[in-house]
Amino acid sequence: MSDAASFSDDSNTGTLRFSGSLSLARLGDLPERLAAYDGRAERLDLSGIERLDTIGAWTIHRFAQRTGATVEGLTPDGQYLFDQVRAADQPVRIRGEHVPAFTRVLGEVGEATIQAGRTLYGLLGFLGATVIAFGSIIRYRRFRFNATVQRFEVVGVSALGIIALMSFLIGIVIAQQGAVQLRQFGAEIYTINLVGRLSLRELGVLMTAIMVAGRSGSAFAAQIGTMKLTEEVDAMRTIGVSPMEALVVPRVLATTLMMPLLGFYSALIGIIGGGLLCWASLGIPWVTYVQQIREVVPISDVYVGLIKAPVFGAIIGIAGCFQGMQVEADAEQVGLRTTSAVVQGIFLVIVLDAFFAVFFSSIGWL
Amino acid sequence: MAKEKDVIIHVRGLKNSFGEQVVHEDLDLDVYRGEIIGVVGGSGTGKSVLMRSIIGLQTPDAGEVTVFGEPTIGRGETEATDIRKRWGILFQGGALFSTLTVAENVEVPIKEFYPKLDPVLLDEIASYKVVMTGLPPDAGPKYPAELSGGMKKRAGLARALALDPELLFLDEPTAGLDPIGAAAFDELTKSLQRTMGLTVFLITHDLDSLYAICDRVAVLADRKVIAVGTIDELIALDHPWIEEYFKGPRGRAAIATQEAHDAQSAGAPQGTGAD
Repeated sequence: MSDAASFSDDSNTGTLRFSGSLSLARLGDLPERLAAYDGRAERLDLSGIERLDTIGAWTIHRFAQRTGATVEGLTPDGQYLFDQVRAADQPVRIRGEHVPAFTRVLGEVGEATIQAGRTLYGLLGFLGATVIAFGSIIRYRRFRFNATVQRFEVVGVSALGIIALMSFLIGIVIAQQGAVQLRQFGAEIYTINLVGRLSLRELGVLMTAIMVAGRSGSAFAAQIGTMKLTEEVDAMRTIGVSPMEALVVPRVLATTLMMPLLGFYSALIGIIGGGLLCWASLGIPWVTYVQQIREVVPISDVYVGLIKAPVFGAIIGIAGCFQGMQVEADAEQVGLRTTSAVVQGIFLVIVLDAFFAVFFSSIGWL
Repeated sequence: MAKEKDVIIHVRGLKNSFGEQVVHEDLDLDVYRGEIIGVVGGSGTGKSVLMRSIIGLQTPDAGEVTVFGEPTIGRGETEATDIRKRWGILFQGGALFSTLTVAENVEVPIKEFYPKLDPVLLDEIASYKVVMTGLPPDAGPKYPAELSGGMKKRAGLARALALDPELLFLDEPTAGLDPIGAAAFDELTKSLQRTMGLTVFLITHDLDSLYAICDRVAVLADRKVIAVGTIDELIALDHPWIEEYFKGPRGRAAIATQEAHDAQSAGAPQGTGAD
């Protein structure tokens, strides 16, 4: 292998003789030694070197510039390379401007606030655009039946298994926790009220909404985002297919219509889970359990759940599609937007759920 | 210097297949030190797959590949780092790291292999590489998403050249560039090859590039390299596909351009002498 780069100096004549291989791999401490050199330097003799690459040439060029020395003894190829490197010595910005931490944090907070406002505004606009798309689908009878049914399957049918498992476990947990607390008052029988009402009114729909946001909202954002990146969405527009009608409406429709079904299903499974615990742990027979559920759960609880569910579904679908349509530029954005879709979907569902709770209690559906 | 040709890439009996579809079978290829070899072939003949097999990203079903005399097949991510120091690769879309700026992208390979290098020198290296590849001086702090297609390619080339490699792989470097940009890229490749004594493995569909800068051309067809040689040698072979490729309307146009270019550069000194 070639020798490491090195140099010897002759202070009398001011000539520095370089030897070895002036290349990145063999450069060693040459840059430091040159930087520390403060003797006379008028001529840099490179006739003794074995190899020169651009980094070696750059190091020599920088030293020559600092000391004002002339470079000699290069082979024609070496000279050509040296000239190329010297020509590339131009002021270049490597880093962005440095901003003090305090200013930067303030700036980031401001930007995030503006961004949040814009997103909300955009989301409202997107809701409007979706409604308009619905309108034109109905007016021109351009309903995409197959695409929509396929979304039904992906959003609804494929989710049955995981939602059943989740609801069943949650039913058991509520019943178990309720039983422990209520036992202190000798009121274990009210565990049934707890499980029945909570499942139908709140948890069935809410947990399903979270599951759908995680499964389908994220998938919508990623699918549409990727289609934006690969210019599929643009291609659609150019051949006269509205992406709002072809991509967004089937998806929003699917979440809106599937949510009440899934939510009700989830509540039923939750009640079954609670019943299992009541039977196994509290000794309440199944027949009594079902009879009790029918007595204590008012029909309005079922309505509460079923009214909330499609609204949640629409919100999740719109948030997912909206974030997907916002993707621009690069693949990293797909990830960011997918995260936003889920976070936004779940956040809005919980906010709306609070509004619904106040609303339903004020109309007397306690 | 030994006149005997020094083989840098050595491929023998390469076989690649994806499921039922066989892409390469019994493919042989030698690439010599200091040459620019163009690799051509119809779409789907496995040009990129060949490159990926050579650099070890694709494990072939059979065959041997050596680069700088070392086998590249079946080497782990952390093995074979010596070879990886000595080559640079420009992927088709640039493959820049999207979370890093252009300058940081260029610095990645240097930092990876020479972590002890002085940060000031590192920044200087990044900046002259940026200039050498023809990027504007303010491109350093930009993110790949802010660059145009041509600039992405240049930035990708700057990263491929970061370590001053001996061997450079270019996957369709001029695809998607305007003719002026493409010609400038060819010039750049040629001048870098001259400056640094590079060996270049160039996958291209660009006939102008082939005529302008390639020393030899390898033709991929029927799952193997059917011929390697200068363009004149290839045309003399009388193979129908090669004939069509080089003598089709586009091939003829490229020849005309090249001849005009040659005549101009040959005539120029005399012209100035007469004045």
